[in-house]
Amino acid sequence: MNRWPMHGAPFLHADTSVAKVMMRVQIASILPLLVHIYYFGWGIAVQWALAMLTGLVVEYAMLHLRGRPVKPFLLDGSAVITVTGLTFCIPPESPWWLIVLGVSFALIFGKHLYGGLGFNPFNPAMLGYAFLLVSFPAYMTQWTLPSEVSGHTLSLTESLLKIFTGKLPDSIMDQVTGATPLDHVKTGLTQGISVPDTLHNARVIWDDIAGHGWIQWNLAFMLGGLYLLWTRTIRWQYPVGFLGALGLMAAVFHAINPDHYAPALFHLLSGGTMLAAFFIITDPVTASTTPLGRFIYAAGIGVLVYVIRTWGGYPDGIAFAVLLMNILVPLIDQYTQPRVKGYRA
Amino acid sequence: MELNPSPLQQAREIFYDGLWHNNQALVALLGLCPMLAVTNNAINGLGLGVATLIVLVVSNVLVSLIRDYVPREVRIPIFIGIIATAVTIIDMLMAAYVHELHKLLGIFVPLIVTNCVILGRAEAFASKNPVWASALDGLAMGLGFLIVLVVLGGLRELLAQGTLFDQAFLMFGQQARDWTLHLFDGGILLAALPPGAFIGLGLLVAGKNWLELRRQSRLQRIPVETAHEPA
Repeated sequence: MNRWPMHGAPFLHADTSVAKVMMRVQIASILPLLVHIYYFGWGIAVQWALAMLTGLVVEYAMLHLRGRPVKPFLLDGSAVITVTGLTFCIPPESPWWLIVLGVSFALIFGKHLYGGLGFNPFNPAMLGYAFLLVSFPAYMTQWTLPSEVSGHTLSLTESLLKIFTGKLPDSIMDQVTGATPLDHVKTGLTQGISVPDTLHNARVIWDDIAGHGWIQWNLAFMLGGLYLLWTRTIRWQYPVGFLGALGLMAAVFHAINPDHYAPALFHLLSGGTMLAAFFIITDPVTASTTPLGRFIYAAGIGVLVYVIRTWGGYPDGIAFAVLLMNILVPLIDQYTQPRVKGYRA
Repeated sequence: MELNPSPLQQAREIFYDGLWHNNQALVALLGLCPMLAVTNNAINGLGLGVATLIVLVVSNVLVSLIRDYVPREVRIPIFIGIIATAVTIIDMLMAAYVHELHKLLGIFVPLIVTNCVILGRAEAFASKNPVWASALDGLAMGLGFLIVLVVLGGLRELLAQGTLFDQAFLMFGQQARDWTLHLFDGGILLAALPPGAFIGLGLLVAGKNWLELRRQSRLQRIPVETAHEPA
């Protein structure tokens, strides 16, 4: 029965496991976490701890209820990635129950009800984020202002106070949270202020390019993402397709009417662009798996993000774009099957 | 199963089918469109549920009455004609007596005509069974549908607004203005939106199946236990 003859060495051994991949992603997200703490204060650390605790409890409870072995699934770190991805997306000073609800929804409805890791069609973190954004829009749009803008950095105790009691001394309350740069551009346009004016005059914008702190945060994600690319944890088609499509859309429309459409660099360094490019859309479970399919999937998200940011009702559209493209993944995979070697196309 | 069950047994079977075993909302998953669209609070669910229930009983009785005279080939248009007549009457009655609720439910009252539950029962039951059984079937199926509408509406209302029986006065008049239960402020907006309807219905179906599985495993356990005893 020697149907599969062995040829000579060398063999390529892909030394990966779910836990290893997840650990690399976790390592890559340390730098953005530090940058986030530096610019937006300790809020995210508190949120992350809360989210991890919720994630562990929910994951344990769901595995137990489903009659699955708890230890291997709990230790593979997949829930940790969902939790980390979601934590980066919510405002750092939002009330404690927000992240608890979001993580619970993401893990229960986004993952376990579909059959657990590997069976979920939608990115759980983005599902959790979309759930929060649709359900609690008021809490989800007030982002902590970076210290250079507000002139005040919240201390750890102040962050804890805000997250658990919702109160801050009135004197600093108004200064510390505000709209994000993407929001500023959008509301500016509705008030008849052109994009260059907004970029030049808004306090939250750094050097006419994009938001204070947001630029550095996005660059940190890019560095983390390059580490993931270097370790072959993620495929290049995702970031290239996504950033390429988003940048191209932005560049074309900016060239047509610079007063109305923000430049490409603004889009690439604002909101969750780099987070999505290297950490969100690269999720191996919910993304397309063929080489061409990965590219189409990522580019589709890029186009949709631009469309939602520019003409949609929300300032950022990554969650909705990812979820929409998640639906299309089976179709994309179906039509982009690579040619089997030796067969005609 | 006896060959000729008594009318009482038949009636029990009909009710068990309508309320639980063959519940049109949870098992047959019929009439999803009105069910998902109007159940953003308990009173809307109750209003549409009652309307559907009445139409179901009336159409079942009429279809059963004429079942021997309807040619098989054109039965569907005839059934639809009967159902449409019943719906038109209900629609006008609602517009006259519960006008505000009628306005809120909007297009979904006339659309009861297209609710598959009603045509489904006319075709599957009323056209083959005597009048009394068809009337009971309409009542049982309608009640089963109504209960799911109210429970789903209540669930979504509770999650989205923290209230129960909000706007009860639309159906029960001014004295019902203080029937509303305010349990807490704020809520999860998603529950009131279309995804909330789908998720809520999914949870109800899952809950029903879970109860059913538990009951079956308990039923199966009894013979197993007795088998171990020495004969």
